[in-house]
Amino acid sequence: MIAYRAGTPVLVSQFLADARRLARSFPPCTHVLNACSDRYHFTVGLAAALISGRASLLPSSQAPQVMQQLGEFAPDAICLCDEADGSSALPRVLDPREALGAGEEDAAAVTAAHEVPQIDAAQLAAYVFTSGSTGTPLSHRKSFGPLIACVREGARRLGLAGAARWAMLATVPPQHMYGFESSVLLALACGHALCAERPFYPADIAAALERLPRPRALVTTPVHLRALLGSGVELPAVDLVLCSTAPLAQQLAAEAERRFDARLLEIYGSTETGQIAIRRPTHTAEWRLWSGVSLELEAAGSRARGGHIEQPTLLPDVLEMTGPESFLLHGRLSDLVNIAGKRSSLAYLNYQLNSIPGVEDGAFFHAAESSASHTGVARVAACVVAPALDAARLLEALRERIDAVFLPRPLLFVARLPRNDTGKLPLAALQSLAAQMKSAAPA
Amino acid sequence: MSDHQVASLRHAAAAADADALSTEVARLIVQALNLEISPAQIAPDQPLYGEGLGLDSIDILEIALVVSKTYGVQLRADSGENTRIFGSLRQLVEYIIANRTK
Repeated sequence: MIAYRAGTPVLVSQFLADARRLARSFPPCTHVLNACSDRYHFTVGLAAALISGRASLLPSSQAPQVMQQLGEFAPDAICLCDEADGSSALPRVLDPREALGAGEEDAAAVTAAHEVPQIDAAQLAAYVFTSGSTGTPLSHRKSFGPLIACVREGARRLGLAGAARWAMLATVPPQHMYGFESSVLLALACGHALCAERPFYPADIAAALERLPRPRALVTTPVHLRALLGSGVELPAVDLVLCSTAPLAQQLAAEAERRFDARLLEIYGSTETGQIAIRRPTHTAEWRLWSGVSLELEAAGSRARGGHIEQPTLLPDVLEMTGPESFLLHGRLSDLVNIAGKRSSLAYLNYQLNSIPGVEDGAFFHAAESSASHTGVARVAACVVAPALDAARLLEALRERIDAVFLPRPLLFVARLPRNDTGKLPLAALQSLAAQMKSAAPA
Repeated sequence: MSDHQVASLRHAAAAADADALSTEVARLIVQALNLEISPAQIAPDQPLYGEGLGLDSIDILEIALVVSKTYGVQLRADSGENTRIFGSLRQLVEYIIANRTK
């Protein structure tokens, strides 16, 4: 069994037959841009690409500019898409549903298809992307072997490496590195079953969990967890909760363990390195590294290398090593913006803002803590000098360029930015300007 | 009063309730999300998600929480599109009216 679709199990043989059929329907191309929102469609697409020697491109968002840039990165790519609106920026689109079997294959075909394909560990499996500071997404190559080695190491740490077959429900997209590893690859590499749906509202998540057999795990983020716990929805028991993408408050972790009657494990990683450390926040603040991975402190962050990491990577986090395989996380370097697992930098956002025609000067900044947020998400704000533009037009232009979670809130139009003598923008000056404008605004 | 008159009076009363609720929900949205607009600026048929008011999925979760606390409505998409309820203020208000428990 590899998946549950609307609560119905999908056998490995059916999955392999679907992947082979989809692979045969690919037009000549060496890249597959996998934008499927259904996790089963995504996984069939990934497997079809793997068995036919094609690399998958995992878009970090479906913003038109992002999709277009990935199209430019790999002009021959076919875009796999199961929703009408996600793919308009690309010329060649394939709906994976056209290749899926209706489940009525004859027994002989399914048996023949059951032979599990062998994939070379060195095969290029996927490109994942982070935003570069100049506007072009940076690509990171992921070979099949290291990807699998990483999730197998993770499975051992999570208690998912035994004989039990788990059902995994994820609230994160399969294209996001965390979702890719903890739902899709974990199922493929360790014999667990992924849940095709990605439920969104707390009541939907609870209902989807309830439908899955045990042991079952919830793969989620602090934002979704906070919404789930705050919703008043009755939560079914689960056997494991995984959380990643942003720091999880200790109190929230404890409440989640109590309400789900489950262990909660938090994962630390990045798009570049994949998952590299784990902890149980209700028991310890210390992170345990994946074996073979090491972290080395540098002026600009911490360099991760070894183990499954293909390229040594500088992580923009302030860490303190407490042993050869353990560390404390003291926070992110200030230029970095991480909203709901989407990462960007103020430099990148500023670059995009200032490249909009009509913007004379502009800067993003971390707004002072908002107490009104129920989901605990801290947004970014921006000040802009753009006398020829109004808010609607500027936001429309930004939406074309950056992911919606980074749209500034508030967006303040000013006559000039509070730059100091050296042209720098002190955060305090921006925050006090924002506070002044808020109190001066008509109610 | 004829049946027809009763029906049209009921209809008018329901419409007035929906208008009052619409104003209240618009105010909740602006408050919960710290939006820089007044509640009256949210047009009843303007899309709330994406284009239009420009809300994203975190905002939608945020509003879902406020709505569940205020009206005892748990938003559900089942297998449908998550954001359909947020097609417009009017659609959200209709959903609340149909499902509210307080």
